[in-house]
Amino acid sequence: MADNCAVELRKVSKAFGNVVANDNIDLKIYKGEILSLLGENGSGKTTLMNMLSGIYYPDSGEILVNGQQVTITSPRDAFEYGIGMIHQHFKLIDVLSAAENVVLGLEGPALLDLKAVSARMSEIARRYNFAMDPAKKVYDMSVSEKQTLEIIKVLYRGADILILDEPTAVLTPQETQRLFEILRSMKENGKAIVIITHKLHEVMELADRVCVLRKGCFVGERQVSEVTPQIMTDMMVGRQVTLNIDRPEPVEPEPRLRVRDLTVVNAEGITKLDRVNFTAMGGEILGIAGIAGSGQKELLETIAGLQPAAGGSILYTPKGQPPMELAGKHPMQIKAAGVAMAFVPEDRLGMGLVGGMGMTGNMMLRSWRQGKGAFVHRREPGALATQVKEDLEVVTPDIDYPVRRLSGGNVQKVLVGREIASAPSVLMTAYAVRGLDINTSYTIYHLLNQQKQKGVAVIFVGEDLDVLLELCDRILVLYDGKVSGIVEARTATKDQLGLMMTRLQEEGETDA
Amino acid sequence: MRSHREPLFHLAKQGDVSGRRAWAIRLASFVLAIFIGGLIFLFLGHNPFRAYGEIITGSLGRKTALRQTIKIAVPLLGTALAIAPCFKMRFWNIGAEGQITAGAIGATFFALNYANRLPSPLLLTIMGLSGVLCGALWALIPAIFKARWGTNETLFTLMMNYIVIGMVKYLQGGPWEGKPGSQIIPNFNNAAVLPKVLGVHCGWIMVLILTLFIFIYMNYSKHGYEISVIGESPKTARYAGMDVGRVTRRTMMLSGGMCGLVGYMVASGANMTLYHNVADGVGFTAITVAWLSQLNPFAMIAISLLLAILDKGAGTLQTAMQVPTSISDIITGIFLFCMLACEFFINYRILFSGGRKKEAKEG
Repeated sequence: MADNCAVELRKVSKAFGNVVANDNIDLKIYKGEILSLLGENGSGKTTLMNMLSGIYYPDSGEILVNGQQVTITSPRDAFEYGIGMIHQHFKLIDVLSAAENVVLGLEGPALLDLKAVSARMSEIARRYNFAMDPAKKVYDMSVSEKQTLEIIKVLYRGADILILDEPTAVLTPQETQRLFEILRSMKENGKAIVIITHKLHEVMELADRVCVLRKGCFVGERQVSEVTPQIMTDMMVGRQVTLNIDRPEPVEPEPRLRVRDLTVVNAEGITKLDRVNFTAMGGEILGIAGIAGSGQKELLETIAGLQPAAGGSILYTPKGQPPMELAGKHPMQIKAAGVAMAFVPEDRLGMGLVGGMGMTGNMMLRSWRQGKGAFVHRREPGALATQVKEDLEVVTPDIDYPVRRLSGGNVQKVLVGREIASAPSVLMTAYAVRGLDINTSYTIYHLLNQQKQKGVAVIFVGEDLDVLLELCDRILVLYDGKVSGIVEARTATKDQLGLMMTRLQEEGETDA
Repeated sequence: MRSHREPLFHLAKQGDVSGRRAWAIRLASFVLAIFIGGLIFLFLGHNPFRAYGEIITGSLGRKTALRQTIKIAVPLLGTALAIAPCFKMRFWNIGAEGQITAGAIGATFFALNYANRLPSPLLLTIMGLSGVLCGALWALIPAIFKARWGTNETLFTLMMNYIVIGMVKYLQGGPWEGKPGSQIIPNFNNAAVLPKVLGVHCGWIMVLILTLFIFIYMNYSKHGYEISVIGESPKTARYAGMDVGRVTRRTMMLSGGMCGLVGYMVASGANMTLYHNVADGVGFTAITVAWLSQLNPFAMIAISLLLAILDKGAGTLQTAMQVPTSISDIITGIFLFCMLACEFFINYRILFSGGRKKEAKEG
């Protein structure tokens, strides 16, 4: 096996500012094998592969191709070592034909011989059973055709090592099957293939070996023939551990937010939420679990009025008052209607806060419109900032110090503190403890429990299943924009959630 | 297989830069610019100390020279102030040139048609208002397109410049032409000329007031808050319930209006007529002023004065030392290059490959 090693990574690390994306990773890629790189979104899979394809340059560590140490500083270097990557977002020029895209960036004679290019493309296509018209313009192609073109592009450049970043995310099941056939035939031809994915069934079906990353670290590798989806889920999400998070009993739960048949289609026309049904109760914490990108973001943003709903309704029922419809309203209209909704978005500095402003400026995001006259009122937000700083022990040199420069935990305290200070009746949080240390995480759990006991309907989108199981009262699991089930958190197990998240149970079994 | 050497250095984003360090880098770049400029003088066979001395005395030394310098600085400062809110919002308005010209047209209309019918103060007020309005409306057009259809504001505002400059050329040769065939609009009647205060047209007082206004507007008003939030993240702005399109339109009208006011000052105060080159590149130079000042209105006073000194001083350099004018452009270019480049070194640091491993160990 040792002679068969196409690429070896030794102790490779890469950090972006303070975020460590890859931490001392060792990895081997073999010829004639399909390796699956498995991990949650944000676990560092794409960063690692981008260092092979020349997009990033490692901060430390070594890369060996065919046993020789190499330095890859650009995609061109990568091609010279026979490494080709097919990115999640295609890198094609729309107005050019397939053949023109293939030769783009290649050295060659001044006069372009597109006929020769087309002939070689056809030969590649025949060998691996593709269908591709070299003269077809990219803007006329389907997503699957564009992907095929990307593959031909790297094969044309003589790549022996192919890296595919979540190749099936945009494909229909039939197209996925065809892609898998192509990948298998390339494997037979002795190519080394890496596919980045977080879909377990694809690993089971296609890969020979699986390597798992979690939070930038290498967790382990297994032969696919020796693992079950269960083992892989465990590796991806980690073992069940006891966290001892407080969980008070719900206080007089009453329906607060009724979501019925909510459907959301994004700007690209992809259905992100498909007829979602659930009820969030005041006085309880409803957890939302799912692989990243299963529609969590769209769900919260649609309820907050930041994304339009394509169908369905969101009925809000304040205490002792008639329900009102929120679907189709803008954030300001929702606020004007007297709905006290607080939202802690996933993208803290990109959506929830203004990084360049201090705590006071960020408190003003909720209150800037208040008060008469053309000038903003800083006194109340300033007082609130001081209060949040003291109550939540935010570590900052000054309440006007830019929040971007605070640590992740303090940034989140500022955001959560502001949202809770608005006395909400619905509180939505997305990945509220992501990247936070243990102490700050417990502070956040405590704050959420306080809100729950005040009768607030808390919606907690999380990724750590242990936390979801110990903090929430009920857990809704999303899979690919659909509700794959709602379970009682006190009785559910991690295995159960993991399987619901990856949809390995029978269809319709737990539809609630 | 070709082997690749490890790159000599690579760039890494600087996490946190102290204010003192940033200012030290800026000062160093300024000194470096003076040094490189001096080398060029030396290379051309001139004494660099004398050359810099001439620049200073030629622009600040005598009363008339000082007045000239301030006259150059006034529209620069006014326009830099005008585009600052747009740039804060990350709306790349490079159409100040056209908005100045539009304002000048608006003012000139009243100067040519109502000079004998209205008392001077009223006429000047109407001219000013008309200039502001024309500039604002001219700037509103790209804002509407941007807000509704997401057009690229950089290209749009740039192209709008050429349209309005073309309009002035038409007016020069057509309806507003003075002597037939002259292609020149006649000089304004005295009633339509801005009065002088301390030897310079009173536009300098207006831009100083505008400096204070923009400072307060950007830092203390609700509008300024909206602009800051949108500039940092339109997503956050929508999250906070702001109407991004409305703020974009409003801010562009403010910006265009102020440019229009500058156009009125230049036409009525400095040129006393309108011609197609009324903006004279000020709309572009002001972008540099605004950036170098980090959008700080008070810093803009200093930067626009510095550029005016270089501009005016280089003129005297030509007569005093027979240095070609193109040298003054080169010197100005070196200053701008050094000062803009220093921002790069404030934001990035260079990691040499020798230091890379050490750095990794420490990290």
